[in-house]
Amino acid sequence: MNRDLPPGADQGEARQPIPAGLAFDPARVTKMLTRYGHGGWLGMRYHGHGEDWVELALPWREELVGVAATGVLASGPIISLMDNATSLSVWTRRGTFTPQVTVDLRVDYVRAAVPGRTVIGRGECYKLTRNIAFVRGVAYDQHLEDPVAHVVGTFMTLDGAAAG
Amino acid sequence: MSAEDPLVVAEGKVLPPYAQGLGIAIDHHDSHGMPVLGVDFSDRIQGRPGFLHGGALSGLMEMAAIAAVQTVLAARGDVVRIKPVNVSVEFLRGGTQQRTYAVGRVTRAGRRLVVVGAEAWQDDPEKPIASALMNVMISPA
Repeated sequence: MNRDLPPGADQGEARQPIPAGLAFDPARVTKMLTRYGHGGWLGMRYHGHGEDWVELALPWREELVGVAATGVLASGPIISLMDNATSLSVWTRRGTFTPQVTVDLRVDYVRAAVPGRTVIGRGECYKLTRNIAFVRGVAYDQHLEDPVAHVVGTFMTLDGAAAG
Repeated sequence: MSAEDPLVVAEGKVLPPYAQGLGIAIDHHDSHGMPVLGVDFSDRIQGRPGFLHGGALSGLMEMAAIAAVQTVLAARGDVVRIKPVNVSVEFLRGGTQQRTYAVGRVTRAGRRLVVVGAEAWQDDPEKPIASALMNVMISPA
């Protein structure tokens, strides 16, 4: 499946930044964010959310594999999944979209994801300050209690005043 | 269920599908003999509009780190399986729409555990856009 957009195609709506100040809807925004770019290429989808968490799904496919002989997913797609899920959890908890950047992210690879299974990334924003959002999360391929990866990280808002 | 290495990159071997899909390839070797990986900017590795995605950048650095581990271990005659334990990534600058490079540096190669760092940059190697520190387990292939 080729998710690449031809140059210049369908970049109007999708490329526009999410309007700041609007009520944040993770399902809608995920749809926008996965129409193009890295999230689109990976094939991420919205899976669920709560007050301070968001789940994204990453369906297995051959192009995302790290070891061709085994079919095990590469670790890069897992990091990207968790980067996006935790990032969305910050906006979800904040209730609005504020531009932010990832400061750092640490991933523990608890076990290899089972080939063929969709991996779910659950990101949670457990603390929000004016400038920094603290996040954690797990990636799992069947049960939340049996993760394939565990992450912690921080985001910094690019517009401290708007975050108040 | 397989507990095989989730990530493998090796000189002379075909890069994993994930790397090929993103356009990651060995660009050259640095003065320490370590493979420098390069990737052109494309929609496939874009995060917020105009900038490199942090996850794609992390993936690039992880592959550079693993390639460095394989280079160092091959030099001492070891053929091993590599299994990432964890990675810690610091994002230092926004990656813009240009070619990105990454190279790994083995800090300590023990018999079972290897500590390896990696850095990524764009036009100026003195201005890294991200750095990573990884622990990987090794076992005889």
